[in-house]
Amino acid sequence: MFLRLFFGLREAGVPASLLELLTLIEAMAQRVPAFSVDDAYHLARATLVKDERHLDRFDRVFAQVYQGLGEAAGETPEEILADIPEAWLRKLAEKHLSEEEKARIEALGGWEELMETLKKRLAEQQGRHQGGNKWIGTAGTSPFGAYGYNPEGIRIGQHESRHRRAVKVWDKREFKNLDDTVELGTRNVKVALRRLRRFARTGAATELDLDGTIRATAHNGGLLDLKMVPERHNAVKVLLFLDVGGSMDDHIRTCEELFSAVRGEFKHLEYYYFHNCLYEFVWRDNKRRHTERIPTHEVLRTYPADYKLIFVGDASMSPYEIVYPGGAVEHWNREPGEAWLRRALDTWPRAVWLNPVPERYWGYTPSIGMIGKITEGRMFPLTLSGLDQAMRALL
Amino acid sequence: MSATEARFSGTATYIATEDLKVAVNAAVTLSRPLLVKGEPGTGKTVLAREVADSLGLDLISWHIKSTTKAQHGLYEYDAVSRLRDSQLGEPGVKEIGNYIRPGRLWDAFTHVSGSGKAGCVLLIDEIDKADIEFPNDLLLELDRMEFHVHETGQTVRAETRPVVIITSNNEKELPDAFLRRCFFHYIRFPDVETMRAIIEVHHPGVKDDLLAEALGLFYGLREVPGLKKRPSTSELLDWIRLLMADQVPPSALKASREEGRLPPLSGALLKNEQDLQQLDRLARR
Repeated sequence: MFLRLFFGLREAGVPASLLELLTLIEAMAQRVPAFSVDDAYHLARATLVKDERHLDRFDRVFAQVYQGLGEAAGETPEEILADIPEAWLRKLAEKHLSEEEKARIEALGGWEELMETLKKRLAEQQGRHQGGNKWIGTAGTSPFGAYGYNPEGIRIGQHESRHRRAVKVWDKREFKNLDDTVELGTRNVKVALRRLRRFARTGAATELDLDGTIRATAHNGGLLDLKMVPERHNAVKVLLFLDVGGSMDDHIRTCEELFSAVRGEFKHLEYYYFHNCLYEFVWRDNKRRHTERIPTHEVLRTYPADYKLIFVGDASMSPYEIVYPGGAVEHWNREPGEAWLRRALDTWPRAVWLNPVPERYWGYTPSIGMIGKITEGRMFPLTLSGLDQAMRALL
Repeated sequence: MSATEARFSGTATYIATEDLKVAVNAAVTLSRPLLVKGEPGTGKTVLAREVADSLGLDLISWHIKSTTKAQHGLYEYDAVSRLRDSQLGEPGVKEIGNYIRPGRLWDAFTHVSGSGKAGCVLLIDEIDKADIEFPNDLLLELDRMEFHVHETGQTVRAETRPVVIITSNNEKELPDAFLRRCFFHYIRFPDVETMRAIIEVHHPGVKDDLLAEALGLFYGLREVPGLKKRPSTSELLDWIRLLMADQVPPSALKASREEGRLPPLSGALLKNEQDLQQLDRLARR
């Protein structure tokens, strides 16, 4: 069972290693879990998973493996599926739909039918996710998405009406929100984080000023005279401009999270949002982008030139948005985006532009070339090597 | 290994969930470090003390700061005071051992309690505060539970392996090689039932209706979007203590919820000015 679990986990992208498997087997041999499946589940989780983001994936794999065992023991998946209680489904939907929406559902074939479909979908997807797919997934394909009701956000199996049977513990999937398999880009950016760390740690800490001490001691005729220097703290200050909107959203969220994860490493990390190209306004809270704007001039004045400027954006837009006044898609801009970009680059000479679009496609989008020219070739792809280069360009 | 006989099963003052017990027992049995993560205020640090209590061992805490180096945990060689002493001609300057200061790990490896019982619980608190290389520097020491003192040529070895509990707030990612050697537990935010049990352990006399109202308000507050610091267990416990001390009637909580005012003594729950404003704004709407 553990071998299957182990390989299942590795397939699902949980980085469990041989050492951990051996630890698990050793713990089993020492009878840490007292012969209960729940305990074995907890033990396996504590041993094989080292990151809360992987807990949900672990639950899924464990459920699969355990179900496989159940089948052999005469418990078919259907029996387990039959446990999805009607009332639970209803409650789940009720909780998330307003009266008005319910009326609309009524009109669209009735409550019962909809519930039936949802139930079927649940069952179907539980079966199919063996292949590695996610459960009730993106709203796009689900008929329920139309009502702004996204089943993905609902913690399946967490309701109290579920029976507290052993198999249900991992079916609760309480760690779903922590799972990070969002997009392809995550992996790249995660690696990027490691690069940034090194970059962030360039002020090595020294406390005893050895050279100074030797010099002073020599001056003193050999009597020890200690010279201390203050510990050098990491002085890297970063100003981050993030492109939001459209295709960028997924990338941005990961970038932002990761940048704030290394926040402790930087002395200062400030971030602002823009859309497509930098114009006279930026904002800090994307939800209030139309109400709480900050004039770019103010940002330009606020941060001194020793800040390192990092743009993150796909730079894919109409060329008009860069070179013409009034070219912006969202508002009337008096000055072209290019002017603002140049101003920012003049204020903070150490700057790079990180582009999540793969480098080989850059040639197909003229605006990428234009921005590349404005940033004097300091546009780098959001990949391992790209970030490495970018960090070197920043130093 | 004397520690293996005891099993951790929560204490009178600490409610441990089933999975936490298994994780702790696995770490104790196999003498591997247990890495505990979770939201701030969910009792990560308290866990070590409770484990020590329940196993009847002493607790040695090593609180990590951003400037902490792995070497600090092993020992420090105070070369500067030796130099000074040598210039002043102090006796004992020849003996290098006089200038070796044992660190927390050394203490933990060789600890014998007052009653003569060897072994202890070592808490390495907030390991993510330190430099990213810090956990790597401790790999071998935690694995083999021994290290070498270069200055004196002595080897410090743990006869009884201490129970090591490490907490992390996720400020930095920990290296894989380090993670592989640990057991891992993520303390989830307690659900209402567990929370009720936790509160009853800490404030035995709390009235049911007050508790119900307070819990309702508290979990409601945690759902408020855009809070910078969501209130956690420790804040809830403080708040309930205040409510009890001030003898706030449950009806006052209920009224504040229905009228959309800030709950009484909300300063105990929200520590951030912006959060208070945000809540006030939402309440007025």
